[in-house]
Amino acid sequence: MSTVILLIITGLGLGALYFLVASGLSLIYGLMGVLNFAHGSFLTLGAFAGWEFARRMGGGSWLTFFASLVVGAVVGAVVAAATEFLLIRRLYERHIEQVLVTVGLALASVALFDGIWGTDPIYVTGPAWLTQTSDILGARVPNDRFVLIIAAVFVLLAIVAFLKFTRYGLIIRAGVENRSMVTALGIDVRRAFTVVFAIGGAAAGLGGVLASHYFGYVSPQLGGSLLIFAFIVTVIGGLGSLAGAAMASVIVAILQQFANFFLGGTGDLVVVLLLAAVLLIRPTGLRGSKA
Amino acid sequence: MSAPILRVAGLSAHIAGQQVVEDVSFEVPATGVTALLGRNGVGKTSTLKAIIGLIGRRGTVEFDGERIDGQPTHRIVQRGIGYVPEDREVFASLSVEENLRLAERHGGPNRTLVDELFPDLVARASQPAGTLSGGQQQMVSLARALINDNRLLLVDEPTKGLAPLIVVDVAEALARAARAVPILLVEQNLEVVRKLAHTVVVLEGGRVAHVGLAQELLDDDELTKRLLGVHSAHAQANGEAS
Amino acid sequence: MKRVTSTRQWMWWIVGGVVAAFAAILPMLNLSIPGVLPGATYLPGTLQLLAVAMLFASLALSYHLLFGTAGLLSFGHALYFGLGAYGVGLLLKNTTLSLVPAIALTIAAVICVAYLVGALSLRVTGISFAMVTLAFAQAGNVLVRRNPQITGGDEGLQLHTDNVPQFLIGVLNTRNLYWVALGVLVVVFVIVTCFEHSRAGHVVTAIRENELRVRVLGLRPFGVKLVAFVIASVLAAVVGIVHLLLQSGVTPSATSSDFTLTILVIVVLGGVGSRWGAVVGGIVYTLLDQRLTALASSDAIAALPPILRIPLSEPLFILGTLFILVVMFLPGGIAGALGRVGGRSRRSLVAPGVTERDRLEDAE
Ligand SMILES: Nc1ncnc2c1ncn2[C@@H]1O[C@H](COP(=O)(O)OP(=O)(O)O)[C@@H](O)[C@H]1O
Ligand SMILES: [Mg+2]
Repeated sequence: MSTVILLIITGLGLGALYFLVASGLSLIYGLMGVLNFAHGSFLTLGAFAGWEFARRMGGGSWLTFFASLVVGAVVGAVVAAATEFLLIRRLYERHIEQVLVTVGLALASVALFDGIWGTDPIYVTGPAWLTQTSDILGARVPNDRFVLIIAAVFVLLAIVAFLKFTRYGLIIRAGVENRSMVTALGIDVRRAFTVVFAIGGAAAGLGGVLASHYFGYVSPQLGGSLLIFAFIVTVIGGLGSLAGAAMASVIVAILQQFANFFLGGTGDLVVVLLLAAVLLIRPTGLRGSKA
Repeated sequence: MSAPILRVAGLSAHIAGQQVVEDVSFEVPATGVTALLGRNGVGKTSTLKAIIGLIGRRGTVEFDGERIDGQPTHRIVQRGIGYVPEDREVFASLSVEENLRLAERHGGPNRTLVDELFPDLVARASQPAGTLSGGQQQMVSLARALINDNRLLLVDEPTKGLAPLIVVDVAEALARAARAVPILLVEQNLEVVRKLAHTVVVLEGGRVAHVGLAQELLDDDELTKRLLGVHSAHAQANGEAS
Repeated sequence: MKRVTSTRQWMWWIVGGVVAAFAAILPMLNLSIPGVLPGATYLPGTLQLLAVAMLFASLALSYHLLFGTAGLLSFGHALYFGLGAYGVGLLLKNTTLSLVPAIALTIAAVICVAYLVGALSLRVTGISFAMVTLAFAQAGNVLVRRNPQITGGDEGLQLHTDNVPQFLIGVLNTRNLYWVALGVLVVVFVIVTCFEHSRAGHVVTAIRENELRVRVLGLRPFGVKLVAFVIASVLAAVVGIVHLLLQSGVTPSATSSDFTLTILVIVVLGGVGSRWGAVVGGIVYTLLDQRLTALASSDAIAALPPILRIPLSEPLFILGTLFILVVMFLPGGIAGALGRVGGRSRRSLVAPGVTERDRLEDAE
């Protein structure tokens, strides 16, 4: 029983990480039709920025930890917005080229991180509480899981509120559905593009700092390895659907944990099988309207 | 007669690399309803889309004396053009109120007019537009254009697929709007055309085939049959006549 | 019009034949191109590099078949390269099969896998297709990494040479492997060309241009796309097999998504939709990568201040940046740029001289 609880909570924590990456991917794809391969790099950069910040502030305290989350999110947002503004926008409506540019950016940025921070993992330290465990119904659950889950729920609520209560949110929701009709109402939808990139980048940057505490280290490969699962989550959830991404994140991560534990470390394969099954039964994903 | 509000000259348009409008020229007078007619697939919708830059185009488009053909869609619309697309294109997941709020420019000056024209929408303000009936969706689509102080409306088949009673409502709303703003109207229902339109432009195979007064065209059964493939009188109420 | 283009095509074939013949006698020549090649052309090191370049060119051609011809943006092409290499490598290590049966068995397996994965992935289109192929390739990568007792894990798999013919083994026989690589390049080029000019090739190209229209003509896009997918996969596997022989082993990076991205980069650098572009892209990329790696460890770079040293000592950073610049400012890649310099109008993504109507009529 305690194993099951541990697996579920760990799965929720991992699912939270997937969601932080997938939410941005899904929004960006939904609005702009761009599959952002550079999204993993936003995450990695956020993680390094958070680590560099915490290192300078002398790690350990809660204040530093929370500030490093903010630093990661801000760095992710700024870099993502700049990416949209400098690269993606110039290739307006040329989706394949846009994807290719993000591929180039992903390759180049990971190489640059290698050059700056080296290829070896860098171990991070946070508040001592994070590395301890709490007793939940007999299961000894590492505390960082709770922080991850809370952060992901917070991000989900923040994005939902933004989409629901702001004019940009209105434009984004409408644009995901029918972008050309939004322009036909006299709205410059491209400004919303920068906004979704910034939101996606902020979530990814925040996710990067959290991922570094979850795994215990940062490395230039951190984002890339999470990105692939985020892609799977996005397809399973349905491209462009935030709710779908949230559901799929949890399903994929928990399934992965259970398969890893009970089926001899086959978690990654089971996830790919799940993807295949979803495609066979429902090519548009759980909540998607576009294929 | 005063200067036209819209002047289209040598307009060509393409979709997916394929020419769908060829060298089209016509004018829309500054008052009243101008009907853009033609059989299915002749390029009426494409002409409207080309005017506001939703599809790639070449040629001259002048709005109130100024060239708008090099501009992006949102700029053109901001100059004061309301677009009511074929098949309504309401945002299904947004509420009625959100659809209208999205369309509002400068605070939506004609809110009261819209509320008065479409009381149904006021009652359903918080309902997702996707759950409305076809007629109600058409009203949302019209309201999105009427809520602003436009200087021209482009309206594409507003009565398509609607029940006869609703057609009357829609025609009524258009007639009211036409008192304040010129309209370029694409319409298959010739009764509606007869009621609303002053001039007509007929397209055939992506080109202009006929320009004249609406009355004259519709009174000439022979010409109507040749240009539109339907009889002008009453046969067309039942849809297609072969 | 038609005659002009067919003459031009013949000219290309003649140029290609001359280049291939020249490449075939390179190991007998003592040519040095400082700055481009690491040494004289008869030296094993140089031949090894050139052979790798030709294999990358072949791999790029196989990817061109998917992306340039059929318009399928796959992010999982490395899977088949890796399957070829690991398949033959494992059979040689664990069985007493000799090379040729091992290759035959591997290819049969590749056909099955490609058919299954293709049939499943092609249920979705566009970006979803890209993601799904990526996921399957990633599963392959995970299988290789997680089973070190079979595959050697991150260390990679050494080539077991007991059942490999003597003339393909050892540094002194590099020139034989060079010729094999050249042969692979020529054969892949011919197969890709034949496919493009076949009925199925015309149909997939037409689908890429306008899937709806092809459906209206009553053709089923799924089948021909699947054929293109399987052929491209088998070609990639063949290249992977020769790469295994050439490098005397294979590492899991051959199945990684980064490797697929590298192939994509090569194709785009060369020019999407151009067979010659894919070939030139593969060769230029390999040589550039080798030169940049040499540059990265040079004293000149080490002496620079960090802000210049760090980016310049990362070949992938330079290649990635170059790639971005090509996508943004040089549509059509190297082939497109050469075409424009040569005074020809910009090459479209369509094979020269074949209009869309021709292809549709052929397809009927
Ligand atoms: N998305 C599209 N792709 C390809 N062809 C299209 C598309 N939309 C319209 N067309 C073609 O453009 C032509 C004109 O269409 P349209 O402007 O919608 O005509 P109308 O509104 O007069 O019925 C038609 O022949 C139609 O087949
Ligand atoms: Mg129409």
